[in-house]
Parts: sequence; structure tokens; C-alpha cells
Amino acid sequence: MKIAYYPGCTLKNRARELDRTARETARMLGIEFEEIPEWQCCGGAYTSAKDEIATKLASVRALAAGREIGDGRVVTVCSACYNVLKQTNHEFETNPDFDLKVNNYLGGAPEYHGEGAVVHYLELLRDEIGFDELKKRVVRPLTGKKIAAYYGCLLLRPSSVLAFDDPENPKIMEDFLRALGAEPVVYPMRNECCGGYLTLSDREAARKRSNAVKESAAEFGADFMITACPLCLYNLTKNTDEPIPVRYFTEVLADALGLGGE
Amino acid sequence: MNKDYKDRIVRMSGAAVQKCMRCGKCSATCPNYGSMEYHPHQFVYMVERGDVERLMASPSVYECLTCFACVERCPRGVEPAKVIEAVRLEAVRQKGMNYFKPDDIPAQLDDDLPGQALVTALRKFAK
Repeated sequence: MKIAYYPGCTLKNRARELDRTARETARMLGIEFEEIPEWQCCGGAYTSAKDEIATKLASVRALAAGREIGDGRVVTVCSACYNVLKQTNHEFETNPDFDLKVNNYLGGAPEYHGEGAVVHYLELLRDEIGFDELKKRVVRPLTGKKIAAYYGCLLLRPSSVLAFDDPENPKIMEDFLRALGAEPVVYPMRNECCGGYLTLSDREAARKRSNAVKESAAEFGADFMITACPLCLYNLTKNTDEPIPVRYFTEVLADALGLGGE
Repeated sequence: MNKDYKDRIVRMSGAAVQKCMRCGKCSATCPNYGSMEYHPHQFVYMVERGDVERLMASPSVYECLTCFACVERCPRGVEPAKVIEAVRLEAVRQKGMNYFKPDDIPAQLDDDLPGQALVTALRKFAK
């Protein structure tokens, strides 16, 4: 199958491995990620204010362009893009004023009224491929590896809009890890914030958050951690004293599927 | 106290501040509670009272992580993070009030800093 792909700004520079391993693993599993033409950065954060229109237009344009590809859904890999695009799409359902103003901005472009959909790559793996099928495709199982999945905020909240998983007791990444043959580590801080963008304005606060998350993962015996978010990976790597490595979920998927040599 | 501010914050945020029952769960669950002068529950009741200008002038508006833990866990559906976001925007949208500026970026760059951090900070802290 073919699906519209929104990589997002960071997957084009600092998180190139996230982009590459996502595309290659998807292709191996029979899903072609077709990049949306001329997409623009989602802005990294969804501004919840009802009167913020212009900052959401890049997401709307991506969603509108996604309608032309595959079945009209847009797949993202980055947690922030997922959060921003999905919340933007949801705004059409609940805010007629937003719908009107956005379409005024779009000018001559075809109108968009929220008819698209946003899906995360993990959801495709769960719902389209299926974790049972994924397990059969694994050639190098991660047997004996104790891996702590880090959800953070952006994949889960607000759950009333994202409906990604149970926001307090998620299991999609643990099920994903089991399919790859690893032993998931369930630890208390897996859905708490890493400190996010505060790394730029109050680095000490970000450091406290990231240390709290990693100490929790360490306490529960993790060999390493996985995430879908480049900013989480940055905070959990740079703003911490805890040495446990952090990788993208697509990198361990690529390993298990036998991509990338020995 | 300025009622216009209150009306604008309520309208911008869409949050139902009058539904707050003062349980304090938002502040109890806030990961950055320790860095804040005014905490999430105080944002909610101060906005409800119309006491917005003190919040706008406080560094606390820049300490919210927008992690939405308070929104998720509020038993009354009040959505404190949306209240804080509206107060921050009200402050940042004023002339000369950009909290994070493009000029601040070079000193922050390192080989790993994702563009995502920069665009997010600019969106949160600047107009």
C-alpha cells in the first residue's frame, strides 16, 4: 500500500536516521511512504488558543495535499508532527470559526474541512501490518534486550483528541518491542515530560525532568530506551547524567528486520 | 483587575475555569511545579477572578511545558494548560514582549539540537 508521508523539519537534518529507518522498514513491510510535495514545518507545537489560525496553516496544507495520495491518510513518525497535525485536523470538527478562517487564508487552493486523517507509524505497524505479522518478519530478534519505551507527552495527550493509546497505561510500544523479541521495561515515568523546549529557556528544568525519566528507566533495569521524538531523544541524551543509550524505535525495528548490515 | 483580560483568556483558551473545584490535582501532577511562582491551579482561579495581569507579568508563563498532564488528569475537564497558554500569548503578543528571539539561537546551538526545539520555542515564546 501507498500512504502520504509527512517527515517534518527535524527528520531532514538532525534526525535523518529516524527518517531513513522509517522509510526503509516500511518498504520492507510493504508500505510505501510517499512524501507530501512541498510540505512545510508544522511548527513543532500545537497552539491551543482558538484565535491562532496562521500558525496552523502549514499543517492544513499538508493534510489537504495528503488527500491526493493513497487513501488520504497522512503518516508521521515524529511525535510532535503527529500531535500538531492531528490536533489541527480535529479543530475542524469542533471549531467552525477555524474552518472558515483557514479556508479564507487558503485562497485559491482547494478547500479543506478536516476530511483527512493522521496516523502514526506505530499505529500502522499495529493496525495495518499487525504485531503478530511483524513478529514473523523479524530475522534478528532482540532476545534478552531489556528496552524501556518512552512515550513522553506528544503521542498521548490530549487523549480525547489523539486517541493513540491509554494515556496513563499505554502498551503499543511494549507490544511492538515484544514483537521484536525484546523484553519491554515498564517504568513509572514513561509518560511524563522530558522537559521539551525548556532546554532553550531553562535548561536546568529540562535536566531535572530528563534525569527523573532516565533514573526511573534505570531503576527498572533498562539496557536502553526507545522514543519516536527527536526532542525527547535530545533531552534524554544531552540533558542528563544517566548513561543509558536512547534510540529511535525505527532503528531497533531496522535491526530486527535485518536492515543495515551486521 | 481588568475584566477584559479575563474574557479574552476564557475565549482564547476555551477552558471552563468556572468548573474548577480546587482539588489541586493539576498542580500536584505538574512536572515543572517546582520552577513556578504561580502554579496551574492558581492560573485557573486567578483567571476566574480576573486577576490576569499578575500572571502575565510572572516568569511562570514561560515555565509551562505544555505537556498536558494537568489537562489529562483534571477530574473536571478544566484544561489548565490551555489557560496558561492563553495567558502567555496575551503577554507575548504585546509589543516588545518576545521572550525568546532569533538572536538567542546561536548561543544555544550544538551539533545535536533538533530544529524541532527551535521552532517550538519560537512558537511558544515569540509572536
